[in-house]
Amino acid sequence: MDILNALTAFANFILVPGLAYGSQLALGALGVTLVFGVLRFSNFAHGDTMAFGTAFVIMFTWWFQSMGISFGPLPTALLALPFGIAVTAAFVLGTDRVVYRFYRQQKAKPIILVIVSTGVMFVMNGLVRILIGTSERNFADGERMLLNPQDWKAWTGLAEPLAIKTTAVVSIVVAVLSVALLFWFLQKTRTGKSMRAYSDNEDLALLSGINPDKVVAVTWVLAAALATICGTLYGLDKSFRITVYFGLLMPIFAAAIVGGLGSPLGAIVGGFVIAFSELIITSAWKKIGSYLLPDSWLGDGLYQALSTDYKVAVSFAILIIVLLFKPTGIYGAK
Amino acid sequence: MKKLLLAASAMALSAGAAAAEDVKIGSLLGATGPIESIAPNMFTTVDLVVKEVNDSGKAANGWVFHNVRADSTCIDNAAAQAAAERLVTSEGVKGIVGADCSGVTRAVLTNVAMPNGIVMISPSATSPALSVDPDDGFFFRTVPSDAREGVIMCQVLKDRGYSSIAISYSNSDYGKGQAEAIEANCKEMGLTITTNASHDDGKADYSAEVAALAAAGGEVLVVAGYIDQGGKGIIQASLDTGAFSLFGLPAGMYGDSLPENIGPGLNGSFGQHPTSVAEGYQTYLDAAKAFEPSFDGSTNFAAQSYDAAALIILAMHAANSTDAKVYKDKIIEIANGPADGSGELIKAGELGKALELIAAGKAINYDGATGIEMLENGDVAGTYSEDEVKDGKFTSVGIR
Repeated sequence: MDILNALTAFANFILVPGLAYGSQLALGALGVTLVFGVLRFSNFAHGDTMAFGTAFVIMFTWWFQSMGISFGPLPTALLALPFGIAVTAAFVLGTDRVVYRFYRQQKAKPIILVIVSTGVMFVMNGLVRILIGTSERNFADGERMLLNPQDWKAWTGLAEPLAIKTTAVVSIVVAVLSVALLFWFLQKTRTGKSMRAYSDNEDLALLSGINPDKVVAVTWVLAAALATICGTLYGLDKSFRITVYFGLLMPIFAAAIVGGLGSPLGAIVGGFVIAFSELIITSAWKKIGSYLLPDSWLGDGLYQALSTDYKVAVSFAILIIVLLFKPTGIYGAK
Repeated sequence: MKKLLLAASAMALSAGAAAAEDVKIGSLLGATGPIESIAPNMFTTVDLVVKEVNDSGKAANGWVFHNVRADSTCIDNAAAQAAAERLVTSEGVKGIVGADCSGVTRAVLTNVAMPNGIVMISPSATSPALSVDPDDGFFFRTVPSDAREGVIMCQVLKDRGYSSIAISYSNSDYGKGQAEAIEANCKEMGLTITTNASHDDGKADYSAEVAALAAAGGEVLVVAGYIDQGGKGIIQASLDTGAFSLFGLPAGMYGDSLPENIGPGLNGSFGQHPTSVAEGYQTYLDAAKAFEPSFDGSTNFAAQSYDAAALIILAMHAANSTDAKVYKDKIIEIANGPADGSGELIKAGELGKALELIAAGKAINYDGATGIEMLENGDVAGTYSEDEVKDGKFTSVGIR
């Protein structure tokens, strides 16, 4: 019984939130890694692309709600997602046309593009502030809990509650579907193959007749879609606030770099590594310990390695360690 | 007609001027700065008191009171001290209503009021530090200290039979001060504090914070935070993970938006917020309306400003002196009346009657607009409404 209680506490406070948060980070890191692989620069505007996409998803959600359209027990935002992606993709393509294309034709160095993307980030950030404001927006509807903590206690008779939010499951399922679709696209379709070829060797790809404009456009559309999906899932599961999305850039880049920039598989692994590290290091282990260890072994402490205020510091520390000892990341080759 | 009245009153004034002595009361409040929106009404209530006393014709020794305004800026200590210095040295005020915000109040008290021997009664400084700061008996306030709420919160918890409490506070001066007060008072009452941890405001996700709180355990989670910030996030995440189902809600978490946003999970949670049940509050509002039809006396700290000014003037009469060093000892006596409760209760708008009683040598118990009851250290006890969330609404279940 004690072991079951300990397992339940672990699942409730670490496993379930970690899986949901990890899938969200993985989707974000995929977008970053895709842009890095094909366009060869770190897109600092990715966090605000997420916010931009989510803002439109929220507005479409409100519109649907006002018309009485709902998705049953699932969040209405999932219905609004394709529309949000379309607007974001159009905006990102426009940005590429107006801003990035110029620097690509100049053959600008990656660092210049990074700085340019920082400029784009500020513009997008301002736009989102104008569009939807700086305060918190909650747009999750439908059934809130898939597994109610009280129900769990009643069914199992355990002392520990286990809660599973609908949005956590939606996050995981949508992330798995998106990743499967993306990998199928990259591996099996002609456009996907040309993207990988362009990423591996630009000159050779151009020689073999691959249309660079198409590759760039498809990459941006994919990045916009991943950013919007990631932002929407995060907003559904937690809440939407522009400053928070800006701050998400840190763990997302950490995830992409840990996995190896340019490697889609690495981005997914990196996302979960970062998510679980943050949770495991800032979690207080007293409760789980109290079920597994004799009382006399436990003191008054909470057995918490770092206060939760330092959550961001965890991804930062992992980022630095990886950059110091294995700069190419887990799956990176380049 | 108006002119005639004006002339008549001018005549009356000049006639009385021979024996009259001008007594200036300073009001040092934040005409500019973060509280500039509520300061004008605080100033006006001091005018209201001065007018009420002067018009009653009961002021002793031919005293004619005046309100001299000065700007405390709320946040700039140097500017506030300069303004206070001007009030004391060049205007010659005999007492100060103010200052407003806790920081400038502490600075003015230490550097101007105490060296010059001037009484200060603050209507709005709530920092617990002011209760323990040395003040030589020159400092009082008509608003309860934040620490006072800690006492009330713990009494509510204890009376409801809880013994083990976790605290989560907003990482701000307000949250930290309140959490410290709650922890200290609850420990004194024999309750166990399992953890006292901070949360940062403005985050999207508080599940990690809640996991740490859950590990520490406790029957009730007291959330000393802000209603539209981390406080709400902590409650939501606690309910989502089943970590806590009962919450203690101090005044920062009081508001209808909380049960609206959280839903039925909040039912049964409880807390308290400052309120006024004084009978004089309505007479004060009426007097404010009569004084100036466009003036709304119900804004924050306006009623407290009325009481601060009234206490200074009544204490002067009780001591028969405008010297702060003399009348400062009378303030608590005026506010509470004699210990046997024989003092006559004085509501707002009854200052003339109070002056008459004092002149006749009778004891009074000043209740004023906010139900003033002073503690020994010059703080007021304050009145709190104990609330419980029932059917998705904060409902008052008692007065403390």
